[in-house]
Amino acid sequence: MSDPLSALAGARYAGLATIEEAGLQGMITLRGDLSSKTLQKAVKAATGAAVPQTRRIAVSDTGAVAWMSPDELLLLVPYAEVVDKTAALTDALSGDHALAVNISDARAVFTLSGAGAREVLGKICPVDFDVSAFKPGDFRRTRMAQVAAAFWLDEAETFHIVCFRSVAQYVFNLLMASAHPQSKVGVY
Amino acid sequence: MLILECPYCGVKAEETELHAGGEAHLKRFGPGSSDDEFHDYLFMRENPKGVHFERWRHVNGCGKWFHAARCTTTLEVFGTYTAQTSAPPQEIRDAITAKRPGWSWREFE
Repeated sequence: MSDPLSALAGARYAGLATIEEAGLQGMITLRGDLSSKTLQKAVKAATGAAVPQTRRIAVSDTGAVAWMSPDELLLLVPYAEVVDKTAALTDALSGDHALAVNISDARAVFTLSGAGAREVLGKICPVDFDVSAFKPGDFRRTRMAQVAAAFWLDEAETFHIVCFRSVAQYVFNLLMASAHPQSKVGVY
Repeated sequence: MLILECPYCGVKAEETELHAGGEAHLKRFGPGSSDDEFHDYLFMRENPKGVHFERWRHVNGCGKWFHAARCTTTLEVFGTYTAQTSAPPQEIRDAITAKRPGWSWREFE
């Protein structure tokens, strides 16, 4: 077997905020009826977290569940377990109208940390990043300059950004430009 | 800049996060209809100065289609509502009537 590689092999840049390619992350797209008890149980079994509220992410010790749309969730699990967990989900939901797909290798994940993190994202996304508007545990799908992206904020004020793997280099370059040390605006 | 609230995820999305889907509440005339009906369904669109109903998609977000009622002259948005309907709901009509008494659009008023 060949070794799996993440999109940018842990690329890192420190400017107004620190940008890091986060490496391999197991990700499962799950579509189905989010109010279904079977689905809720299967999600809990796979990630240890419950189905979150609209535009929120629920994190546990072993994984996380993010709200993508009224009928879609993004399940985060360890990369090594993603194939087994996808199979287990498919099995548990065999009687439901639902679909679980392993999309780990189709995406890239970045972390964005440091005091300037809100400002760096604020320059490239049409989203209000005020402390009162975007809180830890909030999850948002939006546009990052010219490409689609999703991100959430954890308790340590670190943003976790998910984008398509094919645009990973674009997103990294974009974040680097936005985090240029001489580009401080000071809004957030 | 047009800002519409997505009725599915509650995001107050600005125009660049959305995709315009043309006129709302079209009645489809397919096989079995007359040439005139099909022609009108295919080509005849409203171009109002004032109240207008449109379809939008939250493309860089939850990905869902929804409807919006807005004014083409002032860009005022009267409301957004689900795509699973073939007519504007009563609360949207009431909101428009409160601001534009006597409005009409196709068969709705």
